[in-house]
Amino acid sequence: MSSETQQILTTDGIPLEVSLKKAERRNKIKAFLLVAPLLLFLIITYVFPIGDMLLRSVDDKMVTEMLPKTFKAMEKWDGKELPEEEVFAAFHEDFIKLVEEKREGKLSTQLNYTKNGFKSIIKKLRRKSKNFEEGNYKEQIMAVHKRWANVEYWNAIKRRAPAITGQKYLKGMDMYKNETGKIVSVSEDRRIHRILWLRTLEIAFFVTLFCFLMAYPIAHLLATLPMKYSNLLMICVLLPFWTSLLVRTASWMILLQQQGVVNDFFVGIGLVADDARPEMMYNKTGTYVAMTQILLPFMVLPLYSVMKTISPSLMRAGKSLGGTPIVAFWKVYFPLTIPGIGAGCLLCFILAIGYYITPALVGGASGTLISNQIAFHMKSTLDWSFASAMGLMLLTGVLAIYWVYNKLVGIDNIKLG
Amino acid sequence: MALPKHTELHYRIWHYFYLFICGSVFFFLIAPLFVIFPLSFNAEEFLSFSDGMKSLDPDAFSLRWYKDMVYGTKNPWGLAAKNSFIIAIFATIGSVLLGTVAALGLSSRHMPYKGIIMAVLISPMIVPLIISGVAIFFFMAKAGLAATHTGIVLAHIILGTPFVVITVTATLSGFDHSVTRAAASLGSNPVNTFMKITLPLILPGVISGGLFAFVTSFDEVVVVLFLAGLENTTIPIQMWTGLREQLSPTILAVATCLIILSTLILVTAELLRRRSERLRGINR
Repeated sequence: MSSETQQILTTDGIPLEVSLKKAERRNKIKAFLLVAPLLLFLIITYVFPIGDMLLRSVDDKMVTEMLPKTFKAMEKWDGKELPEEEVFAAFHEDFIKLVEEKREGKLSTQLNYTKNGFKSIIKKLRRKSKNFEEGNYKEQIMAVHKRWANVEYWNAIKRRAPAITGQKYLKGMDMYKNETGKIVSVSEDRRIHRILWLRTLEIAFFVTLFCFLMAYPIAHLLATLPMKYSNLLMICVLLPFWTSLLVRTASWMILLQQQGVVNDFFVGIGLVADDARPEMMYNKTGTYVAMTQILLPFMVLPLYSVMKTISPSLMRAGKSLGGTPIVAFWKVYFPLTIPGIGAGCLLCFILAIGYYITPALVGGASGTLISNQIAFHMKSTLDWSFASAMGLMLLTGVLAIYWVYNKLVGIDNIKLG
Repeated sequence: MALPKHTELHYRIWHYFYLFICGSVFFFLIAPLFVIFPLSFNAEEFLSFSDGMKSLDPDAFSLRWYKDMVYGTKNPWGLAAKNSFIIAIFATIGSVLLGTVAALGLSSRHMPYKGIIMAVLISPMIVPLIISGVAIFFFMAKAGLAATHTGIVLAHIILGTPFVVITVTATLSGFDHSVTRAAASLGSNPVNTFMKITLPLILPGVISGGLFAFVTSFDEVVVVLFLAGLENTTIPIQMWTGLREQLSPTILAVATCLIILSTLILVTAELLRRRSERLRGINR
């Protein structure tokens, strides 16, 4: 049986299979061309810039470019004893060039990051180097200050030779590379970033938990009430959802301040004394309360859409088979809502972990999250590479959750309103 | 939710307890918004209820802060509102065009690598805003678009398109493709088919996606904080500065206006959703 006799031909004599494949390919291209403009736009304006953040976060070319000859001369140096004259001569040459370009200040700032004490000795070197004589630079430089004769400082310079560094990532975890190249933690009282990471996780976790505990009963009520009541109550969920984030944060600031409505109420019912009004804002409490209310709709909506599909007859069947309402709920209803719980919790957690505006306004010092630290370095210290590094660390975490979310729920199943 | 007559006492108690819990949660959700209304009519400069307000004394209420919002001498709200609307309108148009076309492609069953492409298109919604802000700022600074309206509009298109893609693909998932084939078999070209057949049917989805994009842009503050110069100030930026520096009742007047605006948008979105479900023959 030859294959030719089996082949079905279209009217113009081309085998059907080939013709269909061609049509399929054309359809694929057509579909892709529709998506292409947006995809291209996002890749250029969004995906590449995130890649740019990655480059910035590991970029350490500055010193490498400032001392090219020194680093070349240092290649053979083992770092155990003071380097040879050759290195000193190269360093002198690089340094003179930097002074001419008025860039030696930048070098001192950069080297000071690696090891404290460079600032003053570079200033001193600049002053003295004007009177340097030709040759024997080792002696002359070492005579400027005793630190220049200390091998540790030369090792510190050598550590800045590579053009890329993971130092910003280590700094984000409160760690650094010490003189011997070992990765160690900073002293305990200076571990600010670890505290922030843990606090971010803690707040995101508890906000998600509170949201879940509050959203479950009302989603259930919304799903079981008759349409005309549930539509009305749904507005209570949707109105905050559509209202500006800043408006909602502002209302919490009014409610929670010391002379605010909540405190007035507490004093009014005699819960607290007028002169002992508790501080409920500019601390963790403020962040918890405001974020829970703001993220609650994101938990209610997925739960509601799952609960809506559960037939009430299932609970009745459970009860008629002898289960108490609690058993029927736990064995029948609850397992059916797990997809909604997963979707809601993951969404809440993802949103909470990257929150910025609300903690910045109501969180004070003890209620701010890692995002606030990123913004601080972007706007105040201008250490953009450090901000990028921390941003990417946060992003890795979020993308991991996003991946789980996609596996469990599927991104095409995200429901809005 | 009336209980049957034979319900035992402890279930009855449990049931009312459950309703009480639900009531408290609804109160927690909605009450904060309603604190703003009365306080924005405060005649005093304080952000708490004065004794006069508690006793409903008419003298304790005034439109002072609304006047200040509109006529205030060094008030930035006029410029901010103008910028906000211009930026949001252009960002919405951009998001709707790019998003709808992309959603049409994504809904085709011939679309290759659907999962990964969808993940990329939705990512601006998932990635924390602060990271998007940093990345977009780096791009706009390099492209020379920082502190320009164009830059902010482009940034808001990035943030707005995921919403349009999601709502339009959702609408298209219930779309009966045989009607477009019918149109084609009757000699209509693809563009004509889209304008006359597909678009009217998916319009509710497109509009509600557009509303999301509009609200996203109108309410966005993190990215704008990185991008905006003094000339590009928006309502959210002014609110942010106001909330950080001096919490004046004028902010509450603005907030009240914003709540009214969001109520209007909510009503529109709900009506559209119901219309869309009716058009697609889904009865819930």
